[in-house]
Amino acid sequence: MIDPMDFLLWTKGPMFDWAIAIFALGMLARLVEIFMLGRKPNYAEPRGGEWGPGFRTIFTRSVADAGTFQRAPFNVVIGTVWHVGFFIALLLFIPHIELIYSVLGIRWPGLPNPVVDAVTAITILAMIGALIHRLRNPVMKHISTFEDYLVWTVTFLPLITGYIAYHRMIDPYPLALGLHILAAEIFLIVLPFTKLTHMFTVFIARWYNGAIFGRKGVAS
Amino acid sequence: MAHHKTLGESLRAHGVSRRGFLKFCAATASMMALPPTMTPAIAAALEQARRPSVIWLSFQECTGCTESLTRSHSPTVEDLILDVISLDYHHTLQAASGEAAEHAREVAMRENFGNYLVVVDGSLPGPDSNPGYSTIAGISNYQMLMETLEGAAAVVAVGTCAAFGGLPQANPNPTGAVAVQTLAGDKPVINVPGCPPVPMVITGVLAQYLTFGKLPEMDQYNRPLAFFGQSIHDRCYRRPFYDKGLFAETFDDEGARAGWCLYRLGCKGPSTYNACATMRWNAGTSWPVEAGHPCLGCSEPKFWDAGGFYDALSVPPGDTGSTLLAAGVSGAIIGGAAAALAKRRQKADLAERQPVKIDELEQKL
Repeated sequence: MIDPMDFLLWTKGPMFDWAIAIFALGMLARLVEIFMLGRKPNYAEPRGGEWGPGFRTIFTRSVADAGTFQRAPFNVVIGTVWHVGFFIALLLFIPHIELIYSVLGIRWPGLPNPVVDAVTAITILAMIGALIHRLRNPVMKHISTFEDYLVWTVTFLPLITGYIAYHRMIDPYPLALGLHILAAEIFLIVLPFTKLTHMFTVFIARWYNGAIFGRKGVAS
Repeated sequence: MAHHKTLGESLRAHGVSRRGFLKFCAATASMMALPPTMTPAIAAALEQARRPSVIWLSFQECTGCTESLTRSHSPTVEDLILDVISLDYHHTLQAASGEAAEHAREVAMRENFGNYLVVVDGSLPGPDSNPGYSTIAGISNYQMLMETLEGAAAVVAVGTCAAFGGLPQANPNPTGAVAVQTLAGDKPVINVPGCPPVPMVITGVLAQYLTFGKLPEMDQYNRPLAFFGQSIHDRCYRRPFYDKGLFAETFDDEGARAGWCLYRLGCKGPSTYNACATMRWNAGTSWPVEAGHPCLGCSEPKFWDAGGFYDALSVPPGDTGSTLLAAGVSGAIIGGAAAALAKRRQKADLAERQPVKIDELEQKL
């Protein structure tokens, strides 16, 4: 039988350190490699700046354009809802802020627990909706790989276990909290080695897009 | 002979009124989550109960558990309940000392073989540890426990040290301290953890054993569910503030003065199962959270090595910042090395490049 308190202390102690170490090592290795490889030098005379358009594109590309919305409204709405919900639950829940403060030394105001709770419930439903859509849409199903389902699972687990722990649906509580922390650790470990890296690279890619177009003097 | 008086007779001899006794029985019923109709049954059972012999062993402990029991406020019916069990051996409370004290223990064990209760406070050096770390009358704690357990009906481990190892077991556990339940074999163990336990919980467990003549319903840590069935968090009067997201951030800010939730100040209430929030301390006057201090989680195993008392429950106990920094730097070096290698290979390839023109290729073919 697992001792729930031992399990919780293991997830909070050695396992958390391992997860953070693998995450930081993997993510930094990938990012530094991307930055150092850079892009081929462009010898053409620049027609405009790179930095401004680069940063502008980070924001403009985060909003789906009208055409995309008309073609795939479900993807756009559900995708936006659960992405925003995931970040609200991750970054604005007081216990998470305390954890981040203890590791990084920075903190910010949080949201009241019932608000985060409601957002989490909506996020969970949206993610289930996204999975059903992926399974029922013939094109989506055809292009989905094992990695897509793996990534969905490791993203969904911290949400559902967090919801269970907050509502104390599993007894005793140390077991519920331990399961949530373990789910988050699996997410951290998997992140650098799957398409979850888009959490970081998406902004770099958007910046490059904007910068390339900006240099050419065209809108992106 | 006092030894053979029933509990009811003893209580009357101590001047406890029928009314006071029934009040205690009603409180016991409600503590054990029994319907009020059970009060007469408890009263009848307690009145008829013969004084069971109790041997109280104190090992590696601070006497806080005994203090909790005896100094609560006096006199109380709870104190008398303890008076009227036959407490045949207790270092701190017994008048006898030396040979006479040990003799009392041996006599009690012999006369009540198979029927006496053993109460232990404090952990003890395990069988593989140096027995000299803790001895009584030249007998090692381990030897005394094993001898005494032989004829015991059940063991009650009072306090977190006896129940889970407690502070003596804290890293690096110099005395090799172990909890009573690891040595009790097939003897039934009731754990009453807490540092110290709520006095009414100690007496309540004994009352429950006397009333029903059997072990109470227990959780996976052998804690009676009647007292350890709910978490501090679930019964905390500050819970509405947690639910609203209103937290005290320092001990003297506006939130602290307004009595907001102490989660951010390190309250371990969500993971702690105990009766403090419902039974409170000092005759129901107050309890730590009501006094403005976060719960330390003292009735849970490993609470002594579970990180800072003033760190929120979600905060890891280790130095994760350094791990993050070290791993990040290593990652950056690995990434940099990979990129440098790739660039070098690219350069080498460029140097070795042998351009071929289309005419040359056609000639070769």
